[in-house]
Amino acid sequence: MTEVRVAGVGVTEFGTVPERTGRDLFGAASDEAFADADVSRSDVESLRYGNFMGELAERQGHQGPLMAEAAGVRAPATRYESACASSSAALRSAVRDIRNGEEDVVLVGGAERMTNLGTAGATEALAIAADELWEVRQGVTFPGAYALMAQAYFDEYGGDREDLAHVAVKNHDHAVGNELAHYQDPIDVEDVLEAPPVSEPLGLYDSCPISDGASALVLVSEDYAEANGVDAPVAITGSGQGGDDMALQDREYLARTPATDRAAEEAYDDAGITADDVDFVEVHDCFTIAEVLALESLGFYEVGEGIGAARRGETTADGDLPVNLSGGLKAKGHPVGATGTAQVAEITKLLRGDHVNSDAVAGGSVGLAHNAGGTVASCLVHVVEEVGA
Amino acid sequence: MSADPTGARDEGFDDFVDAVAAGEGYYLQCENGHGSVPPRQVCPDCGSSALSETPLPDAGELQTYTVTHVATPAFSEDTPYVTAIASFGPVRITGQLRDAEPEELERGMPVELTTAQSATTGRRLLAFDPR
Ligand SMILES: [Zn+2]
Repeated sequence: MTEVRVAGVGVTEFGTVPERTGRDLFGAASDEAFADADVSRSDVESLRYGNFMGELAERQGHQGPLMAEAAGVRAPATRYESACASSSAALRSAVRDIRNGEEDVVLVGGAERMTNLGTAGATEALAIAADELWEVRQGVTFPGAYALMAQAYFDEYGGDREDLAHVAVKNHDHAVGNELAHYQDPIDVEDVLEAPPVSEPLGLYDSCPISDGASALVLVSEDYAEANGVDAPVAITGSGQGGDDMALQDREYLARTPATDRAAEEAYDDAGITADDVDFVEVHDCFTIAEVLALESLGFYEVGEGIGAARRGETTADGDLPVNLSGGLKAKGHPVGATGTAQVAEITKLLRGDHVNSDAVAGGSVGLAHNAGGTVASCLVHVVEEVGA
Repeated sequence: MSADPTGARDEGFDDFVDAVAAGEGYYLQCENGHGSVPPRQVCPDCGSSALSETPLPDAGELQTYTVTHVATPAFSEDTPYVTAIASFGPVRITGQLRDAEPEELERGMPVELTTAQSATTGRRLLAFDPR
């Protein structure tokens, strides 16, 4: 089985650019990825593209061929949709097909245009990741659903808003100097606690921003890299996916995310590692509580223990397990369809040494990307390693 | 007003809301005793297609809750409002908790399942009253 290598990465600056179309954003991200990869567009055998709300934001379906055109790639193209995990679902399909020898060069990525919808419109669009009949019709929003999980966590295991505030403060700190991040300013615990409530107990600074952006990866097989002299020092060595009931009400647990447990177990087995081997992680912190739930399900903390990790300094850049060195969704931004492959792009740069926070992972060689859809009814985990480390 | 923006009824779900409005709420029980909410062709736990409507317990128990301040356009005039998940025997239901002050909210609080209307659109929704 040939290994999957990351030959090049491209990510647009995440932020508020309501006038930029999805095709513009994805064209820019893929152009950067090809320049970084030094791989010919004509060698690309397929595009796997993630997008969530294109029908609502741009009245545009069937985005696969459109985005292949934007990227200058004459190859079959398919859009993947798994809510906020869309581009990781695209990535997993590419990893599997490269490994089984079907294809040698694949363009993978995603884009989302959101801010042109305004806050209310984007809130409405994000809500379609929840169960329309049993949740949305009762007024459950995306922050509202995570707030239900946060309150359940507090009641079940303890912890409070101040613990969550430390997650936000940490991730904002990590984004300082990351020129791709939506927010690059540090905040403090008081800022988080005093911010307007969105859906209690979560406030404005517990929530990721609404962002526009795109990301792209040029993936090649190890065989192709060797035959063509492509410098690709980072490999995707593990892939896992888990699922759960769509609506929170139907799940066994209200404050746990077993889809992540399942995805992580598969990805660790696939890569031949355990949680102990992981040096740093990008997790899906769409809300502060989401980072806590992810760290527990990924096997880094016992259930009920993850809430204090940021407060204790264990997940900061100089901690034992740096979490979200990119700034995470919280500060880097969350253009939904772009998020999963952007996480892998950030990990690749961290491992290659060309990321502003690369010093924090010096000596480390194993990164992990965790990308969740909805309230973790979908979850994808990928292990990303430095080759030969 | 119809519950669906297209005007169509959602079989199973709207039948359930009708039943709750009439004080006759139910859940689906499979031959192996698993509970689920409609519409279902099969039990999500075991795949059994032998599902029978079983009366919901009168009293539910609040499991979790949130006070929402930033809503979608469909609830913009309802804010702030409380959404909650309550357990009724083997199933849980999501609804809006009416007539309760946020500071009174507490896990384990007894509630009854009822229906209410959005102040913004008039659409009906599932709701809880403190019991
Ligand atoms: Zn059953």
